[in-house]
Amino acid sequence: MGGINVEKRDVAVLGVGQTKFGYHPDKSLVDLFAEAFYEAFNESNIELKDIQAIYYGNFVGEMTDGSANLSGFISDEIGLKGIPARRYEAACASSSVAFREAYLAVAHGIYDCVAVGGSERLYNAGTAIGTRALATAVDGLHEMTAGLTFPGVFALAARLYSKKYEIPMEKLHEKMAQVSIKNHKYGAMNPKAQFYNKFGDLKVEDVLKSKVICSPLTLFDCCPMTDGGSAVIIASADFAEDVIDKPIYVLGTGQSGAGGLFRQKEDMIRAIPRKIASEMAYKEAKLTPKDIDFVEIHDCFTIAEIIASEAMGFFEYGKGADAVEEGETWVGGSIPINPDGGLIGKGHPVGATGTSQIYAVVKQLRNEFKYNQVKDAEIGMTDTLGGDFGTLVNIILGVHRRG
Amino acid sequence: MVEESESRKITYTEYFDALLEGKLLGYKCKDCNAYTCPPKAVCDNCGSQKVERVELSGKGRIKTFTTTYVAPVGYDKEVPYTVAMVELEEGPWIIGRLEIENADEIGQDLIGEEVVVEGKEFPTEMFYPDKKRRVVPIFRLVK
Repeated sequence: MGGINVEKRDVAVLGVGQTKFGYHPDKSLVDLFAEAFYEAFNESNIELKDIQAIYYGNFVGEMTDGSANLSGFISDEIGLKGIPARRYEAACASSSVAFREAYLAVAHGIYDCVAVGGSERLYNAGTAIGTRALATAVDGLHEMTAGLTFPGVFALAARLYSKKYEIPMEKLHEKMAQVSIKNHKYGAMNPKAQFYNKFGDLKVEDVLKSKVICSPLTLFDCCPMTDGGSAVIIASADFAEDVIDKPIYVLGTGQSGAGGLFRQKEDMIRAIPRKIASEMAYKEAKLTPKDIDFVEIHDCFTIAEIIASEAMGFFEYGKGADAVEEGETWVGGSIPINPDGGLIGKGHPVGATGTSQIYAVVKQLRNEFKYNQVKDAEIGMTDTLGGDFGTLVNIILGVHRRG
Repeated sequence: MVEESESRKITYTEYFDALLEGKLLGYKCKDCNAYTCPPKAVCDNCGSQKVERVELSGKGRIKTFTTTYVAPVGYDKEVPYTVAMVELEEGPWIIGRLEIENADEIGQDLIGEEVVVEGKEFPTEMFYPDKKRRVVPIFRLVK
C-alpha cells in the first residue's frame, strides 16, 4: 500500500500533556486543549515562538458545544496568534490523523516544531446527545436510518465473531469480560483516568450482569462518555536532541480506511484497514509485531480490543479472545495492551483520545508511568479507530532513532 | 464512454421510495457481474462505472444482529429495536431492522435465518439527511 517513499527526516516527541479525563462541566473545548498544551509545552524546553503550526483534533464540537472552526480560537488562547492552525475530524481517530499529518509535515521539512492535540466534551453533553453525536460516524443514510449506534456496531461484530470462529456467544462474552476487567484494573491505577480508584476489582459476573446497552454488549463492555484534552509537541529529531535529554522518536505511521459496515461485510471482524495501516507503520519502522513491547489499542468496546489485537498481527484471527483470557495481553504477558487503562478504564474524549495514547506511550518509554510500568519497554505503539473502521491510524514510537 | 442510461444513478430518494413499495434497487456491473446495493457511485466489487440498474430479489439471510436498548436522541421512542445485517441472495449486505420481539431469547440461532426486506416509514430527526421521512429497511422472517 502507498507509503510515502521520498526521504524523510527523523521526528521526535518533545513533550506530552493530558488533562484528567472525566467530567469537566466548567471547562470549554478551548480550555481543555490549553491545559494539556501547557503541560506538554512546559516540559519541552522551547519558547512559544518555536512552535510553527497547530494540528488539532475534534470530532463533534458542533453538537456538544455548538462550536466549530476551533483551530484559530485554540491558537489564540495559548498565545500563538496568527500561526497556521487546522482542525482534523476523523471521528475517534481525529487527533491521531492530526498527529500523523503533523509528523509528515515535520518529516518532510515543512516545519521544524509543531503542536498536536485534541479536546472533546461528551460527558458534559449527556448520553442522548452524546450517543447521537457518536453515531454521526456511522453511514449517515443507510446505517443511521436503522438506528445503528456505536455499541450496536460492536455488538454486530461480537455476534459475527462468535459465529465465524465457533465460540459460543456466552463463552465469548466471558472472554470479552476479561478485557474490561484488565482495562478497569489499569484505569483504576491511573490518576488521570476517568475511573481512577474505581472498578479496579471487577469480576466476570459484574461485566455480564451490568445493564444491556446493545445485546450482547453490557455497560462494562463499553468505554464511557468523557470530557478531556491532550497534546503533544513534536520536532525534527535534530531539533529535539538540542533541547531535551530524552526525545522519544516516531518510528513509523500508517493510515487506512473503509466504507460502511455493509460494504465491509464479514471483513469487519478482520478490521482490514487496521491490517493495512499497521503494516504500513511496521514497514516504515522496519519492525514486526514481535518487536513491539506494548500497545495502546482502541478498546472502545471489549470486542474491539480483541479484533484489533488480531488485525495488528499480535495474534492469529480468532485467537485474540483466548489471548486475553490466558493473560497474554496483561502487563507481564507477551504483548501488554492498554497499561494506562485504555478507553474503557481511562475514558474516551474522542478527539483527544489519539494524542492521549501517544501521551501514555511516551510516558512509559521515559519510565515516567510509575503506576503500571511495562518493564524495559523501548518500543510502543498506538492504534486508533475512527468510526466503524472508516479511519484507522497506527503509530510506532521508540527510545532510539529508526535503525 | 459511459452511456447515458448507465450514468443515470439511483438517488437515495428513489431507493427509499422503491423500498416502501417492496422493491430493492441496486446495480449490476457490466464488467464483473457483481451486484451493488445500496447503490453507490461505482461497482462495489471492481470500481467500474459501467453498472446497470436492477431490482434485486429482496431475499437474504441474517448474518448478525443486536437489540438496542440505549438509543440516540431522535430514536429513543423506538427502543428496544433490533438492528440486523443481511446478506442478500445476490451477494451485497444491507442493514435494517428485524421486527421480532424476542431476538435476544433466540440468540445466535437467528443467524442464517431467511428474511425478506421491505421499507417502513418513520419520522425523520434533526440530523437525518432526508428531511421529510426516514425509511427503514425492515426484515421479516420467511418461516
